[in-house]
Amino acid sequence: MVMAQIVARPEPADPRRSGFDFMGPSTQAMQRDDDRNPGMLWVVDGEALWSREPANGGKACIACHAAANSSMAGVAARYPAFDAASARPVTLGQRINVCRQQHQRLPVLAWESPDLLALEAFVAHQSRGRPIAPPADPRLAPFTEQGRQLFGQRLGQLNLSCSICHDRSAGRRLGGSPIPEGHATGYPLYRLEWQGLGSLQRRLRNCMAGVRAEPYAFGAPQWVALELYLAQRARGMPLETPAVRP
Amino acid sequence: MAGRQILSRTRRLVLSAGMGMAAGVLQLRPVAAAELPADLLAAMQVFAQGAAVREGRVVLEIAELVDNGNAVPVRVAIDGGAPATAPVVAMALFNERNPQREVVVAQFGVLSGRPEFSTRIRLATSQKLVAMARLQDGSCWFRSVDVIVTLAACIEGES
Amino acid sequence: MARTRISLQGDPVRGVPMEIRTLIAHPMETGYRPGADGKVLARNLIRRFRCSFDDGARTQLVFAAELFPATAANPYIAFHFTPPGNGTLRFVWEGDQGFAQTETLAVRVA
Repeated sequence: MVMAQIVARPEPADPRRSGFDFMGPSTQAMQRDDDRNPGMLWVVDGEALWSREPANGGKACIACHAAANSSMAGVAARYPAFDAASARPVTLGQRINVCRQQHQRLPVLAWESPDLLALEAFVAHQSRGRPIAPPADPRLAPFTEQGRQLFGQRLGQLNLSCSICHDRSAGRRLGGSPIPEGHATGYPLYRLEWQGLGSLQRRLRNCMAGVRAEPYAFGAPQWVALELYLAQRARGMPLETPAVRP
Repeated sequence: MAGRQILSRTRRLVLSAGMGMAAGVLQLRPVAAAELPADLLAAMQVFAQGAAVREGRVVLEIAELVDNGNAVPVRVAIDGGAPATAPVVAMALFNERNPQREVVVAQFGVLSGRPEFSTRIRLATSQKLVAMARLQDGSCWFRSVDVIVTLAACIEGES
Repeated sequence: MARTRISLQGDPVRGVPMEIRTLIAHPMETGYRPGADGKVLARNLIRRFRCSFDDGARTQLVFAAELFPATAANPYIAFHFTPPGNGTLRFVWEGDQGFAQTETLAVRVA
């Protein structure tokens, strides 16, 4: 009698590497330990803002959303998401501002303002460890495609595209520093170069300045398209917010 | 993109040697007092309060290859702990090439219980660092190391 | 009020040294950096950190540090504390431009 042998084939390991893997051990330890991670200062700020009643007597975030660790769990992992009202995708930061205007009757928070970064960091932190999961929403497809094209487009005096460095040359070195794969897995993050916490937009603007291209304005639709494409590219990788990077 | 191994520490250090920096070694290179510049020695003498400064006993933990000089984790401790007869009263960190020699000067109270501290420091460039300890009996010890600092490769103006 | 984060590593036990980790949000502007307009940004540093313990009868020093421009932004300072009994830990950060912040933490030993 022939016994069929069931051979368990191991899952192929994910070849993608987070920027975390390209850092030295002491920088990794800085991210891993909440007591050492400077980004946690913004998360603590965001937690305070979540419950604070606005000066105009309106509702605090907590009034509608209750405890963030349950209501916001998994939310950041599926952003950018399609916003039906504006018929386009929005980032988490844009969604927070939409909430402020429509539900709290408050003015929008400025790009890269401490309060917006704190709220974004706090909300995204509730998804830490969860796989990045951009929604399978067909309405997002044209914007994701726009992001893919922007990623492959040469720009600036140095005439480089994101793809040339972060797809083709990832793992090699530029001026002594390793080139990471460019997965946006931990935003907003604490960048040692900034000595503070910043958004993905800020980082991408730095990249564009780095190739001597004029960066798109804050809030430009190109950033949303790029973020959508990056989320697809990093699909399944765990969210790390607040990450630490050199 | 095919799976890539993380660059091994050995390869990173060899690469930095190839870039014309001080020869990378597999551990922090200890530096003798004779190699320290005069202004650094002067700052050390101030901390020593007139006592002779001897090499040894101090542990200085720092990455040998630093990701970014803006925030470098360091730990300063005493090898094997201080003797009960002469507890550590103060510890300090000094640098060679920042605008100012002093980095941090720490004082240990009776309720400390362990002569060590950790913090994050700024290093303007690759340079020597000196960690010192002053014991209750007035004796002073130091350890010095060479640290290599890499800089952000993509020069970015903030805009 | 700058945001702080203070963490005791483990449960306090009388006579046993334990690590305390502190973080405080502060730019630690060195006074050497030029701003976007080329003018040097004014120095704005935390200069002194002090941790003391009040057992109800007296206050004793645990750890103190004098900080310089070479301390990184959003300073992280970790040190050890040996609890003599119940009491209150007091953390004080002071520096340029009138900066002064105090945090306290009650300690109950096992």
